[in-house]
Amino acid sequence: MAIDTNYLDMPIMVEDLDQENLAYFQHCADHQFHLQSCTACKQLRYPPTTACPFCANLESEWKPVEGKGTVCTYEEVHHAIQPSFKPYLPYLVLLVELDTQKGQPTENDALRVLANLTDENGTLAPPEVVKQVGIGSRVRMVFSDVDTGIALPQWTLDENAKQPEKPWRYIYE
Amino acid sequence: METTKNLRGKYAIVGIGETEYIRGAGRTTRSMATESIKRAMDDAGLKPGEVDGMMSYSQMDSTLSTFVAGDLGIRLNYFMDVWGGGSSIEALIGIATGVIEAGMCNTIVIFRSMNGHSGMRFGGTGKRAAEPLSGDQLHARAYGWQSPAQMFSLAFMRHMYDYGTTPEQVAMVKSIHSEHASNNPKAIMKKRVSVDDVLNSRMIVKPLHLLDCCLETDNGTAIIVTSKERAADLKKRPAYIQGVVGRCCKPRSDMYYQHGPLSQVAGHYAKDILWKNAGCGPEDIDVTGSYDAFSFTTLLQLEDYGFCEKGEGGEYVSNGTTRLGGKRPNNTSGGHLCEGYTHGISMIIENVRQLRGEVDDSCPIGPDGKRQHTYDYSEGGCRKQHNVELTANLGWATPGTGSAMVMARG
Repeated sequence: MAIDTNYLDMPIMVEDLDQENLAYFQHCADHQFHLQSCTACKQLRYPPTTACPFCANLESEWKPVEGKGTVCTYEEVHHAIQPSFKPYLPYLVLLVELDTQKGQPTENDALRVLANLTDENGTLAPPEVVKQVGIGSRVRMVFSDVDTGIALPQWTLDENAKQPEKPWRYIYE
Repeated sequence: METTKNLRGKYAIVGIGETEYIRGAGRTTRSMATESIKRAMDDAGLKPGEVDGMMSYSQMDSTLSTFVAGDLGIRLNYFMDVWGGGSSIEALIGIATGVIEAGMCNTIVIFRSMNGHSGMRFGGTGKRAAEPLSGDQLHARAYGWQSPAQMFSLAFMRHMYDYGTTPEQVAMVKSIHSEHASNNPKAIMKKRVSVDDVLNSRMIVKPLHLLDCCLETDNGTAIIVTSKERAADLKKRPAYIQGVVGRCCKPRSDMYYQHGPLSQVAGHYAKDILWKNAGCGPEDIDVTGSYDAFSFTTLLQLEDYGFCEKGEGGEYVSNGTTRLGGKRPNNTSGGHLCEGYTHGISMIIENVRQLRGEVDDSCPIGPDGKRQHTYDYSEGGCRKQHNVELTANLGWATPGTGSAMVMARG
């Protein structure tokens, strides 16, 4: 069923036809992270697609994937383009390499999942937490609940993981 | 990649045209396209009946070839209007040479016309910010990640991490382009700025400050491509097209960051096509036009096309090489950071001027009607580089997609 809703006052529309994204976000709504696994080469892929980016096979099955990884790069947004983000400035966009399938099928590949730094309930993190995270930080996946059939994956600091003594951050704070 | 054949030197850019660069043009993209094409035809000495092909690029923010051709009395044997922003122009020039080679038409004008300030803003404010988030965009725009600055900064930050590139080095790109713009009467931002000015401007997306970002601009721009034989009969010294690579991509062009290294851009792949087709290398190039949507895009491309070692872009853009009078100046018009934002075409136009030796700075006009260039590059002075024989344009769409072209003096 199509999704027609709002997140942070931004309209969201996922069409009936978009079967891969509907399936992906339904898993997220259940607070589970699932990715498609290629039935031929067995590689997982992100984001949801119709073919395998590694072998072009059209058949896949959804598999549960552990939502844990390391921040491989980030940016800190100080000027919001979308008005909905203004209350959360500065906010972090994190690019996270999952532990699962890192460096496969080639050393340049990884499942890299982009999301914001949030608290454990999926609300964008406050400035004092934003300052603590950088390249090398260990994070775990949480979800921002949106509506029936959809939640958005987010990242929060993994309190049970060993964190780097000082994650790498832009030189001037 | 092996290319079996190329058209090195067989085609040329013979005409260039621009409207003014302004914020608040107060007229339509159709009007600005028409003016820039007329100027390009006058520059080349071509009449409407002598242009029979037209191409353009836009993102649904501009007029189309059919309207503009009709307005100018041009009967088309070929036209194509494509979707695209940065990196489109070099790719379209490549197509133009192929179309003429195939005998489909003789002379093609390519234009870009945009109300980039008073109409659709590429920074994403206004109408673009309010568009609904549909399926694929939920993996990006839902996270406040939608403007070019937001989309590219992940690669920029990683470059600082990988190589120790400093904010001061990156800011030198803006500072040097502002020196060039101060000698360009058409530039929107003619004031010279220092590294400190850049670093003290407000943060937009760390690592980009306001002055690391280009200027949304209203303008129309056009160039004319034809064969070497036809070029010989025209008014101006031709700029020969030596080699083109068009919209070359990293793996995973859907999401550039799915394939590393994260600080590597499409130029890494494009360089092998460009230099082979052009029959030269970066060391042979006299002037570059490395796309400066942001200070950092210039740096990353110069690196991945081989103008310096990977990781040494910060040093390359801050050691004086890229300054007018230096070994290999970049964006001598001031580029998108200072002259105005055109999605790349103005950087081709500027390099054509350098190859002709006809640069529209403030140097005095002599009794023969020609500008007497002083080669004094101080503020308000000369913008012409000595003895420019080969130029390279490096066009940028995203970290994952780029185009490039080498031109030679005719």
